[in-house]
Amino acid sequence: MTEMLSYDFMQRALLAAVLVGITAPAVGIYLVQRRQALMGDGMGHVAMTGVGLGFIFQTSPVWMAVLVCVLGAVTMELVRSRGNQRGDIALAMLFYGGMACGKLLVSLSAEAGSGSLESYLWGSILTVAPADLAAIAVLGAVVIAVTVGLRRQLFAICQDEDFARVTGLPVRTLNLLLAVMAAVTVTVAMRVVGLLLVSALMVVPVVAAQQLTRSFAATQAASIALGVVVSLAGVTGSYELDVPSGPAIVLLAIAVFAVFSALAAPLARRRHRGDTEHGPKICDVRLPAQTPERTSPDTTTPEGRAGLAQ
Amino acid sequence: MTHPIPQAVRLRDAVASRGGRPVLRGVDLTVRPGEVVALLGANGSGKSTTVKTVIGSVPLERGTLELFGTPHGSFRAWHRIGYVPQRTTAASGVPATVREVVSTGRLPQHRLLPFRRKDREAVDRALAAVGMLERAGDGVADLSGGQQQRVLIARALVGSPDLLIMDEPMAGVDAASQQVLADTLRAEVGRGAAVLLVLHELGPLEPLIDRAVVLRDGCVAHDGPPVPNTGLHALPGHDHVHPHADLTPPRLLA
Repeated sequence: MTEMLSYDFMQRALLAAVLVGITAPAVGIYLVQRRQALMGDGMGHVAMTGVGLGFIFQTSPVWMAVLVCVLGAVTMELVRSRGNQRGDIALAMLFYGGMACGKLLVSLSAEAGSGSLESYLWGSILTVAPADLAAIAVLGAVVIAVTVGLRRQLFAICQDEDFARVTGLPVRTLNLLLAVMAAVTVTVAMRVVGLLLVSALMVVPVVAAQQLTRSFAATQAASIALGVVVSLAGVTGSYELDVPSGPAIVLLAIAVFAVFSALAAPLARRRHRGDTEHGPKICDVRLPAQTPERTSPDTTTPEGRAGLAQ
Repeated sequence: MTHPIPQAVRLRDAVASRGGRPVLRGVDLTVRPGEVVALLGANGSGKSTTVKTVIGSVPLERGTLELFGTPHGSFRAWHRIGYVPQRTTAASGVPATVREVVSTGRLPQHRLLPFRRKDREAVDRALAAVGMLERAGDGVADLSGGQQQRVLIARALVGSPDLLIMDEPMAGVDAASQQVLADTLRAEVGRGAAVLLVLHELGPLEPLIDRAVVLRDGCVAHDGPPVPNTGLHALPGHDHVHPHADLTPPRLLA
Protein backbone atom coordinates (compact mmCIF):
# COMPACT_ATOMS: atom_id res chain seq x y z
CA MET A 1 0.00 0.00 0.00
CA THR A 2 2.72 2.48 1.04
CA GLU A 3 4.83 1.29 -1.89
CA MET A 4 1.93 2.05 -4.22
CA LEU A 5 1.52 5.54 -2.76
CA SER A 6 5.22 6.33 -3.15
CA TYR A 7 4.91 6.49 -6.93
CA ASP A 8 4.03 9.89 -8.38
CA PHE A 9 1.90 8.38 -11.14
CA MET A 10 -0.14 6.43 -8.59
CA GLN A 11 -0.74 9.54 -6.48
CA ARG A 12 -2.00 11.32 -9.59
CA ALA A 13 -4.12 8.34 -10.64
CA LEU A 14 -5.73 8.07 -7.18
CA LEU A 15 -6.45 11.82 -7.05
CA ALA A 16 -7.99 11.63 -10.51
CA ALA A 17 -10.01 8.60 -9.41
CA VAL A 18 -11.49 10.54 -6.47
CA LEU A 19 -12.49 13.43 -8.75
CA VAL A 20 -13.98 11.11 -11.34
CA GLY A 21 -15.77 9.10 -8.67
CA ILE A 22 -17.48 12.29 -7.47
CA THR A 23 -18.26 13.99 -10.78
CA ALA A 24 -19.51 11.08 -12.89
CA PRO A 25 -22.43 10.04 -10.60
CA ALA A 26 -23.13 13.68 -9.64
CA VAL A 27 -23.97 14.45 -13.29
CA GLY A 28 -25.15 10.99 -14.23
CA ILE A 29 -28.03 11.06 -11.74
CA TYR A 30 -29.78 13.78 -13.77
CA LEU A 31 -29.39 11.79 -16.99
CA VAL A 32 -30.82 8.71 -15.27
CA GLN A 33 -33.65 10.82 -13.86
CA ARG A 34 -34.53 11.99 -17.37
CA ARG A 35 -34.23 8.40 -18.65
CA GLN A 36 -31.28 9.37 -20.84
CA ALA A 37 -28.90 6.94 -19.19
CA LEU A 38 -27.07 6.19 -22.44
CA MET A 39 -26.38 9.84 -23.29
CA GLY A 40 -22.94 9.65 -21.64
CA ASP A 41 -22.11 6.75 -23.92
CA GLY A 42 -22.81 8.87 -26.98
CA MET A 43 -20.69 11.70 -25.62
CA GLY A 44 -17.83 9.27 -25.09
CA HIS A 45 -17.99 8.39 -28.79
CA VAL A 46 -18.04 12.04 -29.81
CA ALA A 47 -15.08 12.80 -27.54
CA MET A 48 -12.96 10.39 -29.63
CA THR A 49 -12.90 12.98 -32.40
CA GLY A 50 -11.46 15.43 -29.88
CA VAL A 51 -8.75 12.96 -28.90
CA GLY A 52 -7.99 12.45 -32.59
CA LEU A 53 -7.70 16.20 -33.13
CA GLY A 54 -5.37 16.42 -30.12
CA PHE A 55 -3.12 13.77 -31.72
CA ILE A 56 -3.10 15.55 -35.09
CA PHE A 57 -2.35 19.02 -33.72
CA GLN A 58 0.00 17.73 -31.00
CA THR A 59 -2.00 19.52 -28.32
CA SER A 60 -3.54 18.19 -25.12
CA PRO A 61 -6.17 15.59 -26.05
CA VAL A 62 -8.06 16.47 -22.82
CA TRP A 63 -8.77 20.08 -23.81
CA MET A 64 -9.51 19.12 -27.43
CA ALA A 65 -11.93 16.47 -26.19
CA VAL A 66 -13.60 19.04 -23.90
CA LEU A 67 -14.12 21.35 -26.88
CA VAL A 68 -15.52 18.70 -29.23
CA CYS A 69 -17.59 17.05 -26.52
CA VAL A 70 -19.20 20.34 -25.43
CA LEU A 71 -20.13 21.06 -29.06
CA GLY A 72 -21.55 17.56 -29.38
CA ALA A 73 -23.50 17.86 -26.12
CA VAL A 74 -25.03 21.19 -27.13
CA THR A 75 -26.10 19.65 -30.45
CA MET A 76 -27.64 16.67 -28.64
CA GLU A 77 -29.52 18.96 -26.25
CA LEU A 78 -30.90 21.04 -29.15
CA VAL A 79 -32.06 17.85 -30.91
CA ARG A 80 -33.70 16.62 -27.67
CA SER A 81 -35.44 19.89 -26.81
CA ARG A 82 -36.94 20.18 -30.30
CA GLY A 83 -38.66 16.86 -29.64
CA ASN A 84 -37.95 15.89 -33.24
CA GLN A 85 -39.24 12.44 -34.11
CA ARG A 86 -36.17 11.76 -36.25
CA GLY A 87 -34.02 12.89 -33.30
CA ASP A 88 -32.65 9.43 -32.59
CA ILE A 89 -31.36 9.15 -36.15
CA ALA A 90 -29.55 12.50 -35.82
CA LEU A 91 -27.98 11.27 -32.58
CA ALA A 92 -26.90 7.99 -34.21
CA MET A 93 -25.12 9.96 -36.96
CA LEU A 94 -23.39 12.09 -34.34
CA PHE A 95 -22.26 9.11 -32.22
CA TYR A 96 -20.94 6.91 -35.04
CA GLY A 97 -19.51 9.87 -36.94
CA GLY A 98 -17.63 10.92 -33.80
CA MET A 99 -16.14 7.49 -33.25
CA ALA A 100 -15.18 6.92 -36.90
CA CYS A 101 -13.69 10.40 -37.19
CA GLY A 102 -11.64 9.88 -34.02
CA LYS A 103 -10.08 6.63 -35.19
CA LEU A 104 -9.38 8.09 -38.64
CA LEU A 105 -7.63 11.16 -37.21
CA VAL A 106 -5.53 9.06 -34.82
CA SER A 107 -4.40 6.77 -37.64
CA LEU A 108 -3.34 9.81 -39.68
CA SER A 109 -1.31 11.33 -36.85
CA ALA A 110 2.38 10.83 -36.15
CA GLU A 111 1.65 8.69 -33.09
CA ALA A 112 -0.37 6.20 -35.09
CA GLY A 113 0.10 2.58 -34.16
CA SER A 114 1.71 3.30 -30.83
CA GLY A 115 -1.41 1.99 -29.11
CA SER A 116 -1.97 5.20 -27.20
CA LEU A 117 -5.58 5.45 -28.37
CA GLU A 118 -6.10 2.26 -26.40
CA SER A 119 -5.44 4.09 -23.13
CA TYR A 120 -8.11 6.68 -23.96
CA LEU A 121 -10.63 3.97 -24.79
CA TRP A 122 -10.19 1.83 -21.67
CA GLY A 123 -8.50 4.12 -19.16
CA SER A 124 -4.98 3.78 -17.86
CA ILE A 125 -3.44 4.72 -14.53
CA LEU A 126 -0.02 5.25 -16.09
CA THR A 127 -1.14 8.06 -18.35
CA VAL A 128 -2.44 10.70 -15.95
CA ALA A 129 0.15 13.42 -16.61
CA PRO A 130 0.61 16.37 -14.18
CA ALA A 131 -0.96 18.70 -16.77
CA ASP A 132 -3.91 16.31 -17.13
CA LEU A 133 -4.40 16.26 -13.37
CA ALA A 134 -4.58 20.07 -13.26
CA ALA A 135 -7.20 20.05 -16.03
CA ILE A 136 -9.17 17.27 -14.32
CA ALA A 137 -9.08 19.16 -10.99
CA VAL A 138 -10.32 22.46 -12.45
CA LEU A 139 -13.05 20.86 -14.57
CA GLY A 140 -14.09 18.52 -11.76
CA ALA A 141 -14.48 21.41 -9.32
CA VAL A 142 -16.75 23.25 -11.77
CA VAL A 143 -18.89 20.15 -12.34
CA ILE A 144 -19.27 19.48 -8.60
CA ALA A 145 -20.17 23.11 -7.87
CA VAL A 146 -22.89 23.11 -10.55
CA THR A 147 -24.41 19.67 -10.02
CA VAL A 148 -24.52 19.83 -6.23
CA GLY A 149 -25.08 23.59 -5.90
CA LEU A 150 -27.98 23.70 -8.38
CA ARG A 151 -29.49 20.40 -7.21
CA ARG A 152 -33.01 21.76 -6.69
CA GLN A 153 -33.08 23.56 -10.03
CA LEU A 154 -31.66 20.66 -12.04
CA PHE A 155 -33.92 18.21 -10.20
CA ALA A 156 -36.92 20.34 -11.18
CA ILE A 157 -36.09 20.50 -14.91
CA CYS A 158 -35.33 16.78 -15.09
CA GLN A 159 -38.43 15.83 -13.07
CA ASP A 160 -40.95 17.88 -15.06
CA GLU A 161 -39.75 20.34 -17.69
CA ASP A 162 -43.15 21.99 -18.29
CA PHE A 163 -43.69 22.56 -14.60
CA ALA A 164 -40.17 23.94 -14.18
CA ARG A 165 -40.89 26.46 -16.93
CA VAL A 166 -43.94 27.71 -15.01
CA THR A 167 -41.80 28.25 -11.91
CA GLY A 168 -39.85 30.77 -13.99
CA LEU A 169 -36.63 28.74 -14.17
CA PRO A 170 -34.47 29.42 -17.24
CA VAL A 171 -35.15 25.88 -18.50
CA ARG A 172 -33.24 26.15 -21.77
CA THR A 173 -30.14 27.60 -20.12
CA LEU A 174 -30.19 24.96 -17.38
CA ASN A 175 -30.61 22.16 -19.94
CA LEU A 176 -27.61 23.45 -21.89
CA LEU A 177 -25.62 23.81 -18.67
CA LEU A 178 -26.41 20.20 -17.75
CA ALA A 179 -25.41 19.00 -21.23
CA VAL A 180 -22.10 20.90 -20.97
CA MET A 181 -21.47 19.46 -17.50
CA ALA A 182 -22.06 15.94 -18.82
CA ALA A 183 -19.63 16.61 -21.68
CA VAL A 184 -16.99 17.96 -19.30
CA THR A 185 -17.44 14.92 -17.04
CA VAL A 186 -16.86 12.56 -19.95
CA THR A 187 -13.52 14.20 -20.65
CA VAL A 188 -12.60 14.39 -16.96
CA ALA A 189 -13.26 10.65 -16.59
CA MET A 190 -11.65 9.70 -19.90
CA ARG A 191 -8.12 9.16 -18.50
CA VAL A 192 -9.23 6.95 -15.62
CA VAL A 193 -12.22 4.95 -16.89
CA GLY A 194 -11.77 5.32 -20.64
CA LEU A 195 -14.18 6.73 -23.20
CA LEU A 196 -16.00 3.47 -23.82
CA LEU A 197 -16.81 2.98 -20.12
CA VAL A 198 -17.36 6.59 -19.00
CA SER A 199 -21.11 6.18 -19.20
CA ALA A 200 -21.02 3.18 -16.87
CA LEU A 201 -19.54 5.26 -14.05
CA MET A 202 -22.22 7.91 -14.65
CA VAL A 203 -25.05 5.38 -14.49
CA VAL A 204 -24.13 2.27 -12.47
CA PRO A 205 -23.42 3.94 -9.08
CA VAL A 206 -26.74 5.82 -9.41
CA VAL A 207 -28.85 2.76 -10.17
CA ALA A 208 -26.99 0.78 -7.49
CA ALA A 209 -27.66 3.47 -4.85
CA GLN A 210 -31.32 3.81 -5.78
CA GLN A 211 -31.94 0.16 -4.96
CA LEU A 212 -31.73 1.21 -1.31
CA THR A 213 -32.83 4.87 -1.27
CA ARG A 214 -36.16 6.64 -1.48
CA SER A 215 -35.15 10.30 -1.86
CA PHE A 216 -33.24 12.07 -4.61
CA ALA A 217 -30.85 13.79 -2.20
CA ALA A 218 -29.92 10.49 -0.54
CA THR A 219 -29.51 8.83 -3.95
CA GLN A 220 -27.13 11.56 -5.09
CA ALA A 221 -25.05 11.42 -1.89
CA ALA A 222 -24.90 7.61 -1.88
CA SER A 223 -24.03 7.37 -5.57
CA ILE A 224 -21.17 9.86 -5.15
CA ALA A 225 -19.83 7.89 -2.16
CA LEU A 226 -20.10 4.68 -4.17
CA GLY A 227 -18.43 6.28 -7.18
CA VAL A 228 -15.43 7.32 -5.08
CA VAL A 229 -15.11 3.89 -3.43
CA VAL A 230 -15.26 1.89 -6.67
CA SER A 231 -12.92 4.30 -8.47
CA LEU A 232 -10.28 4.10 -5.74
CA ALA A 233 -10.65 0.33 -5.43
CA GLY A 234 -10.55 -0.08 -9.21
CA VAL A 235 -7.37 1.99 -9.60
CA THR A 236 -5.72 0.06 -6.74
CA GLY A 237 -6.78 -3.21 -8.34
CA SER A 238 -5.40 -2.02 -11.65
CA TYR A 239 -2.00 -1.43 -9.97
CA GLU A 240 -1.97 -4.72 -8.08
CA LEU A 241 -3.19 -6.97 -10.88
CA ASP A 242 -1.81 -5.06 -13.87
CA VAL A 243 -5.16 -4.69 -15.65
CA PRO A 244 -6.71 -1.55 -17.25
CA SER A 245 -8.38 0.65 -14.65
CA GLY A 246 -11.64 1.27 -16.55
CA PRO A 247 -12.87 -2.33 -16.69
CA ALA A 248 -11.78 -2.91 -13.07
CA ILE A 249 -13.82 0.09 -11.86
CA VAL A 250 -16.89 -0.78 -13.91
CA LEU A 251 -16.96 -4.45 -12.93
CA LEU A 252 -16.67 -3.46 -9.26
CA ALA A 253 -19.57 -1.02 -9.65
CA ILE A 254 -21.70 -3.72 -11.30
CA ALA A 255 -20.85 -6.12 -8.45
CA VAL A 256 -22.04 -3.49 -5.94
CA PHE A 257 -25.23 -3.06 -7.98
CA ALA A 258 -25.85 -6.83 -7.85
CA VAL A 259 -25.37 -6.93 -4.06
CA PHE A 260 -27.62 -3.89 -3.51
CA SER A 261 -30.40 -5.29 -5.70
CA ALA A 262 -30.29 -8.54 -3.74
CA LEU A 263 -30.64 -6.51 -0.52
CA ALA A 264 -33.43 -4.30 -1.91
CA ALA A 265 -36.28 -6.85 -1.88
CA PRO A 266 -36.06 -7.85 1.82
CA LEU A 267 -35.59 -4.19 2.81
CA ALA A 268 -38.70 -3.11 0.89
CA ARG A 269 -40.67 -5.93 2.53
CA ARG A 270 -39.58 -4.73 5.96
CA ARG A 271 -40.45 -1.15 5.07
CA HIS A 272 -43.98 -2.13 3.97
CA ARG A 273 -44.60 -4.49 6.89
CA GLY A 274 -46.42 -1.73 8.73
CA ASP A 275 -48.74 -1.14 5.76
CA THR A 276 -50.26 -4.62 5.80
CA GLU A 277 -51.43 -4.34 9.41
CA HIS A 278 -54.37 -2.17 8.32
CA GLY A 279 -55.93 -4.67 5.91
CA PRO A 280 -56.60 -8.40 5.91
CA LYS A 281 -53.65 -10.74 5.32
CA ILE A 282 -55.24 -12.43 2.33
CA CYS A 283 -58.36 -11.77 0.29
CA ASP A 284 -60.95 -14.05 1.95
CA VAL A 285 -64.12 -12.36 0.69
CA ARG A 286 -66.04 -14.82 -1.48
CA LEU A 287 -68.00 -13.31 -4.33
CA PRO A 288 -71.09 -15.47 -4.90
CA ALA A 289 -71.34 -14.70 -8.61
CA GLN A 290 -67.76 -15.73 -9.37
CA THR A 291 -67.36 -18.88 -7.27
CA PRO A 292 -69.36 -21.39 -9.33
CA GLU A 293 -68.02 -20.09 -12.64
CA ARG A 294 -64.45 -20.72 -11.62
CA THR A 295 -65.02 -24.35 -10.61
CA SER A 296 -67.33 -25.47 -13.42
CA PRO A 297 -68.79 -23.14 -16.06
CA ASP A 298 -72.55 -23.13 -15.67
CA THR A 299 -74.23 -23.49 -19.06
CA THR A 300 -77.76 -24.01 -17.79
CA THR A 301 -78.46 -20.33 -17.06
CA PRO A 302 -78.61 -17.62 -19.71
CA GLU A 303 -75.81 -15.72 -17.93
CA GLY A 304 -73.58 -18.78 -17.98
CA ARG A 305 -74.23 -19.40 -21.66
CA ALA A 306 -73.55 -15.77 -22.47
CA GLY A 307 -70.30 -15.98 -20.58
CA LEU A 308 -69.30 -19.08 -22.50
CA ALA A 309 -70.24 -17.56 -25.83
CA GLN A 310 -67.85 -14.67 -25.25
CA MET B 1 -58.73 48.28 -21.04
CA THR B 2 -62.26 47.95 -19.72
CA HIS B 3 -61.28 46.19 -16.50
CA PRO B 4 -59.47 48.16 -13.83
CA ILE B 5 -57.95 44.93 -12.49
CA PRO B 6 -55.98 43.11 -15.19
CA GLN B 7 -57.29 39.74 -16.27
CA ALA B 8 -55.39 36.67 -15.07
CA VAL B 9 -55.26 35.22 -18.59
CA ARG B 10 -55.95 37.10 -21.80
CA LEU B 11 -55.34 35.01 -24.90
CA ARG B 12 -56.33 36.65 -28.18
CA ASP B 13 -56.55 35.00 -31.61
CA ALA B 14 -54.11 32.24 -30.65
CA VAL B 15 -52.75 30.19 -33.54
CA ALA B 16 -50.39 27.31 -32.75
CA SER B 17 -49.35 24.00 -34.25
CA ARG B 18 -47.65 20.89 -32.94
CA GLY B 19 -45.41 18.77 -35.11
CA GLY B 20 -46.41 20.83 -38.16
CA ARG B 21 -50.13 20.12 -37.64
CA PRO B 22 -52.24 23.23 -36.89
CA VAL B 23 -54.00 22.70 -33.55
CA LEU B 24 -55.25 26.18 -32.57
CA ARG B 25 -56.82 28.31 -35.30
CA GLY B 26 -57.61 31.56 -33.49
CA VAL B 27 -58.60 30.85 -29.89
CA ASP B 28 -59.76 33.63 -27.56
CA LEU B 29 -59.65 32.82 -23.85
CA THR B 30 -60.06 35.07 -20.85
CA VAL B 31 -59.86 34.18 -17.17
CA ARG B 32 -60.80 36.98 -14.77
CA PRO B 33 -59.37 37.19 -11.24
CA GLY B 34 -61.24 34.82 -8.93
CA GLU B 35 -63.07 33.13 -11.80
CA VAL B 36 -63.26 29.36 -12.41
CA VAL B 37 -63.20 28.58 -16.13
CA ALA B 38 -63.57 25.07 -17.52
CA LEU B 39 -62.02 24.34 -20.89
CA LEU B 40 -63.99 21.54 -22.54
CA GLY B 41 -63.83 19.72 -25.85
CA ALA B 42 -63.35 16.36 -27.48
CA ASN B 43 -59.93 14.67 -27.74
CA GLY B 44 -57.76 16.59 -30.18
CA SER B 45 -59.86 19.75 -30.01
CA GLY B 46 -56.89 21.75 -28.66
CA LYS B 47 -57.60 21.94 -24.91
CA SER B 48 -54.16 20.85 -23.74
CA THR B 49 -52.42 22.90 -26.44
CA THR B 50 -54.33 26.01 -25.32
CA VAL B 51 -53.07 25.46 -21.78
CA LYS B 52 -49.54 24.83 -23.04
CA THR B 53 -49.57 28.13 -24.92
CA VAL B 54 -50.74 29.88 -21.74
CA ILE B 55 -47.80 28.48 -19.75
CA GLY B 56 -45.45 29.16 -22.66
CA SER B 57 -44.31 25.64 -23.53
CA VAL B 58 -45.98 25.78 -26.96
CA PRO B 59 -45.08 28.99 -28.84
CA LEU B 60 -47.77 31.17 -30.43
CA GLU B 61 -47.53 31.52 -34.21
CA ARG B 62 -50.03 34.37 -34.17
CA GLY B 63 -52.00 36.21 -31.53
CA THR B 64 -51.19 37.67 -28.14
CA LEU B 65 -51.01 36.40 -24.59
CA GLU B 66 -51.14 38.52 -21.46
CA LEU B 67 -50.80 37.16 -17.92
CA PHE B 68 -52.03 39.52 -15.17
CA GLY B 69 -51.87 42.38 -17.68
CA THR B 70 -48.25 41.73 -18.68
CA PRO B 71 -47.33 40.47 -22.16
CA HIS B 72 -46.05 36.90 -21.94
CA GLY B 73 -42.56 37.81 -23.16
CA SER B 74 -41.90 40.15 -20.25
CA PHE B 75 -43.91 38.25 -17.60
CA ARG B 76 -41.70 37.40 -14.61
CA ALA B 77 -44.18 36.94 -11.74
CA TRP B 78 -44.28 33.15 -12.16
CA HIS B 79 -44.90 32.70 -8.44
CA ARG B 80 -48.49 33.87 -9.16
CA ILE B 81 -49.18 30.78 -11.31
CA GLY B 82 -49.61 27.19 -10.16
CA TYR B 83 -49.64 24.51 -12.84
CA VAL B 84 -50.83 20.89 -12.64
CA PRO B 85 -49.84 19.10 -15.86
CA GLN B 86 -51.78 16.24 -17.38
CA ARG B 87 -49.98 13.04 -16.61
CA THR B 88 -50.32 9.55 -15.32
CA THR B 89 -47.28 9.49 -13.03
CA ALA B 90 -45.19 11.84 -10.94
CA ALA B 91 -42.25 9.40 -10.88
CA SER B 92 -39.04 9.68 -12.92
CA GLY B 93 -35.92 7.55 -13.42
CA VAL B 94 -34.51 8.24 -9.94
CA PRO B 95 -36.50 7.85 -6.70
CA ALA B 96 -37.79 11.07 -5.17
CA THR B 97 -39.89 11.65 -2.07
CA VAL B 98 -43.25 13.37 -2.02
CA ARG B 99 -41.60 16.26 -0.18
CA GLU B 100 -38.87 16.66 -2.80
CA VAL B 101 -41.38 16.80 -5.65
CA VAL B 102 -43.63 19.30 -3.87
CA SER B 103 -40.59 21.44 -2.91
CA THR B 104 -39.92 22.22 -6.59
CA GLY B 105 -43.11 24.32 -6.48
CA ARG B 106 -41.31 26.62 -4.07
CA LEU B 107 -38.49 27.48 -6.51
CA PRO B 108 -39.98 30.86 -7.55
CA GLN B 109 -39.79 31.94 -3.90
CA HIS B 110 -36.34 30.81 -2.77
CA ARG B 111 -34.63 30.81 -6.19
CA LEU B 112 -30.89 30.32 -5.67
CA LEU B 113 -31.07 30.81 -1.92
CA PRO B 114 -31.13 27.82 0.40
CA PHE B 115 -34.43 26.14 1.24
CA ARG B 116 -35.51 27.70 4.53
CA ARG B 117 -37.94 27.00 7.31
CA LYS B 118 -40.72 29.11 5.82
CA ASP B 119 -40.35 27.19 2.54
CA ARG B 120 -40.57 23.94 4.46
CA GLU B 121 -43.68 25.13 6.28
CA ALA B 122 -45.33 26.11 2.98
CA VAL B 123 -44.65 22.59 1.67
CA ASP B 124 -46.19 21.10 4.84
CA ARG B 125 -49.31 23.27 4.45
CA ALA B 126 -49.77 22.30 0.80
CA LEU B 127 -49.34 18.60 1.63
CA ALA B 128 -51.83 18.88 4.50
CA ALA B 129 -54.35 20.57 2.16
CA VAL B 130 -54.40 17.50 -0.09
CA GLY B 131 -54.19 15.05 2.82
CA MET B 132 -50.72 13.78 1.95
CA LEU B 133 -48.66 15.18 4.84
CA GLU B 134 -48.15 11.79 6.50
CA ARG B 135 -46.77 10.44 3.19
CA ALA B 136 -44.20 13.27 2.84
CA GLY B 137 -41.21 10.97 3.27
CA ASP B 138 -42.48 8.23 0.95
CA GLY B 139 -41.30 7.76 -2.61
CA VAL B 140 -43.73 9.11 -5.22
CA ALA B 141 -43.37 5.91 -7.24
CA ASP B 142 -44.98 3.96 -4.36
CA LEU B 143 -48.21 6.02 -4.51
CA SER B 144 -51.41 5.26 -6.42
CA GLY B 145 -52.39 7.36 -9.45
CA GLY B 146 -54.85 9.44 -7.43
CA GLN B 147 -52.28 10.07 -4.70
CA GLN B 148 -49.68 11.13 -7.28
CA GLN B 149 -52.21 13.56 -8.73
CA ARG B 150 -52.70 15.00 -5.22
CA VAL B 151 -48.91 15.43 -4.92
CA LEU B 152 -48.83 17.35 -8.22
CA ILE B 153 -51.67 19.56 -6.98
CA ALA B 154 -49.81 20.23 -3.71
CA ARG B 155 -46.76 21.19 -5.82
CA ALA B 156 -48.90 23.79 -7.62
CA LEU B 157 -50.45 25.09 -4.37
CA VAL B 158 -47.19 25.50 -2.45
CA GLY B 159 -46.58 29.05 -3.69
CA SER B 160 -50.20 30.21 -2.96
CA PRO B 161 -50.82 31.10 -6.62
CA ASP B 162 -53.33 33.68 -7.88
CA LEU B 163 -54.02 31.51 -10.93
CA LEU B 164 -54.25 27.74 -10.83
CA ILE B 165 -54.04 25.90 -14.16
CA MET B 166 -55.02 22.22 -14.12
CA ASP B 167 -54.94 19.90 -17.12
CA GLU B 168 -57.44 17.02 -16.71
CA PRO B 169 -57.04 16.76 -12.92
CA MET B 170 -59.85 14.19 -12.61
CA ALA B 171 -58.52 11.73 -15.20
CA GLY B 172 -57.75 8.34 -13.68
CA VAL B 173 -58.31 9.55 -10.11
CA ASP B 174 -60.11 7.41 -7.49
CA ALA B 175 -63.25 8.66 -5.75
CA ALA B 176 -61.46 9.60 -2.49
CA SER B 177 -58.89 11.70 -4.37
CA GLN B 178 -61.64 13.31 -6.48
CA GLN B 179 -63.32 14.44 -3.27
CA VAL B 180 -60.03 15.83 -1.92
CA LEU B 181 -59.49 17.60 -5.22
CA ALA B 182 -62.95 19.20 -5.22
CA ASP B 183 -62.48 20.34 -1.60
CA THR B 184 -59.03 21.76 -2.36
CA LEU B 185 -60.37 23.60 -5.38
CA ARG B 186 -63.23 25.04 -3.32
CA ALA B 187 -60.72 26.28 -0.70
CA GLU B 188 -58.53 27.86 -3.38
CA VAL B 189 -61.52 29.61 -4.98
CA GLY B 190 -62.58 30.79 -1.51
CA ARG B 191 -59.11 32.28 -1.08
CA GLY B 192 -59.70 34.28 -4.26
CA ALA B 193 -57.59 32.33 -6.76
CA ALA B 194 -58.62 32.14 -10.41
CA VAL B 195 -58.75 28.63 -11.88
CA LEU B 196 -58.40 27.39 -15.45
CA LEU B 197 -59.45 23.74 -15.64
CA VAL B 198 -59.14 21.43 -18.61
CA LEU B 199 -61.89 18.83 -18.32
CA HIS B 200 -63.28 16.10 -20.50
CA GLU B 201 -66.70 16.68 -18.98
CA LEU B 202 -68.00 18.88 -16.19
CA GLY B 203 -68.62 16.00 -13.76
CA PRO B 204 -68.41 16.49 -9.97
CA LEU B 205 -66.65 19.86 -10.25
CA GLU B 206 -69.63 21.42 -12.04
CA PRO B 207 -71.03 23.47 -9.11
CA LEU B 208 -67.69 25.30 -8.82
CA ILE B 209 -67.47 26.37 -12.43
CA ASP B 210 -68.41 29.94 -13.40
CA ARG B 211 -67.90 29.67 -17.13
CA ALA B 212 -67.32 26.96 -19.71
CA VAL B 213 -65.31 27.41 -22.89
CA VAL B 214 -65.81 24.63 -25.42
CA LEU B 215 -63.23 24.03 -28.13
CA ARG B 216 -63.88 22.24 -31.38
CA ASP B 217 -61.19 21.66 -34.02
CA GLY B 218 -59.02 24.42 -32.57
CA CYS B 219 -61.79 27.04 -32.46
CA VAL B 220 -63.99 28.28 -29.62
CA ALA B 221 -67.47 26.79 -30.13
CA HIS B 222 -69.06 28.05 -26.91
CA ASP B 223 -68.15 30.59 -24.24
CA GLY B 224 -70.69 31.09 -21.48
CA PRO B 225 -72.27 29.61 -18.40
CA PRO B 226 -71.99 25.85 -18.03
CA VAL B 227 -75.17 23.92 -18.79
CA PRO B 228 -76.16 22.17 -15.53
CA ASN B 229 -76.32 18.39 -15.21
CA THR B 230 -75.10 17.79 -18.72
CA GLY B 231 -71.73 17.01 -20.06
CA LEU B 232 -70.19 18.04 -23.29
CA HIS B 233 -72.98 16.44 -25.32
CA ALA B 234 -75.62 19.08 -24.72
CA LEU B 235 -73.42 22.09 -25.40
CA PRO B 236 -73.67 23.88 -28.72
CA GLY B 237 -71.04 22.88 -31.16
CA HIS B 238 -70.89 19.29 -30.06
CA ASP B 239 -70.82 17.02 -33.07
CA HIS B 240 -73.38 14.43 -32.07
CA VAL B 241 -72.73 11.35 -34.15
CA HIS B 242 -74.94 8.33 -33.52
CA PRO B 243 -73.54 4.97 -34.55
CA HIS B 244 -77.03 3.73 -35.51
CA ALA B 245 -77.71 6.57 -37.94
CA ASP B 246 -77.82 5.18 -41.45
CA LEU B 247 -75.45 7.59 -43.13
CA THR B 248 -72.64 7.67 -40.56
CA PRO B 249 -71.00 4.20 -40.49
CA PRO B 250 -68.39 4.82 -43.21
CA ARG B 251 -67.10 7.85 -41.32
CA LEU B 252 -66.96 5.99 -38.05
CA LEU B 253 -65.11 3.07 -39.58
CA ALA B 254 -62.61 5.28 -41.35
